[in-house]
Amino acid sequence: MINKIISIKDAAEKVHEGMTIMIGGILAIGTPEKIIDALVERNVKNLNLICDDTGFPDRGVGKMVVNKQFKKMIISHAGTNPETARQMNSGETEVELVPMGTLVERIRCGGYGLGGIFTPTGVGTYVEIGKEKRVIDGKEYLFETPLRADVALIRASIVDKKGNMVFNKTMKNFNPIMATAADLVIVEADKVVEVGEIDPEGVMCSGIFVDYIAIDQ
Amino acid sequence: MDARQVIAKRVAQLLKDGDVVNLGIGLPTLVANYVPEDMDVTFQSENGFLGLGAAPAEGEEDWELVNAGGMPSSIVPGGMFFDSLTSFGIIRGGHVDATVLGAMEVDEKGNLANWKIPGKMVPGMGGAMDLVVGAKTVVVAMVHTQKGNPKILKKCKLPLTAKEEVDIIVTEMALIRVTKDGLVLEELGPEATVEDVVAATEAELIISPDLKRFGVED
Repeated sequence: MINKIISIKDAAEKVHEGMTIMIGGILAIGTPEKIIDALVERNVKNLNLICDDTGFPDRGVGKMVVNKQFKKMIISHAGTNPETARQMNSGETEVELVPMGTLVERIRCGGYGLGGIFTPTGVGTYVEIGKEKRVIDGKEYLFETPLRADVALIRASIVDKKGNMVFNKTMKNFNPIMATAADLVIVEADKVVEVGEIDPEGVMCSGIFVDYIAIDQ
Repeated sequence: MDARQVIAKRVAQLLKDGDVVNLGIGLPTLVANYVPEDMDVTFQSENGFLGLGAAPAEGEEDWELVNAGGMPSSIVPGGMFFDSLTSFGIIRGGHVDATVLGAMEVDEKGNLANWKIPGKMVPGMGGAMDLVVGAKTVVVAMVHTQKGNPKILKKCKLPLTAKEEVDIIVTEMALIRVTKDGLVLEELGPEATVEDVVAATEAELIISPDLKRFGVED
């Protein structure tokens, strides 16, 4: 069996300048906090971020925002991190705001082989600018395109050595979808168990999507 | 009762037994406090579960179980956790009976603005655009004016969250229903007169012939 286990530091070494990275979590819940700390220390710059939000200045992906590591962010909101708004208003960082339900569907498209989706969300708002509109059964929809990343950094509560994952409570959010939509997928595991210890009915996302399991070593 | 409590209590009375409801951050979360105990309302939390319960006591917080505002929460028996795809499938798919949100502006057509003040504040829409488009009934719960300035306008000036989706506006002064003929003032708050409401509202109001007063006494 391929050994997928690496250190947190080695996980951070897989992320290079200019890459597009997806990071799991909503408001830093379900976010791979240790890999983020290692990325702040490594100080890799000019990254493109795909994440639900920008966390808090001292929690979640917000720590990388404060450290000015992103040139572009695709997020659904930034209300809990004033530094994101500052960088956006000053033009230092490009921010594309995407409705949360559209963001997760675009990631699904990237991971599940779809060329896009039609959604009613955003019709008649700023979100529709520049997008194809179609009337289906009398209702207006916007066409939204897929999103993929070079690296997805996700967080799981329990991971077996094949990478099969369990997410506790509200930590699931974007993690199992992002795990399908990147060329390289690294899961930060709170706990690693042997293969077979997780009941197949309890596996919430398959290890086939996972390249590396990052733990404190 | 202060203005926020009056609003929350009146909104709670709009909910029906068996409803699935999503409450926005801030004032709307207070609505849960006024749902009668014998009424079965399931609260959906867009970060990933059905069955949102009360906030835990101090010292018993679980940071793996949070609400859409990222604060420790609880799940009631019969609840379920899920990922963001399922959460927004539930929302966009019309499986949420009512969503209750705050607003910066709302207008005569039922347009809503609550996500951006250009050049000043850009919090982002989060899940609000999906909720407002997907929920069967959209209730705006807000104080009637902002520093004395009307928030119920002829036409929204700020960037829209959604077009013509608001159904009911509840403030401490009034319950207003959005209809194809315009905004209908159906109820007055505990201390408001028709003149007060008209003066605090920029939009044209149609006064309902059955005008009532909120029943929100303790």
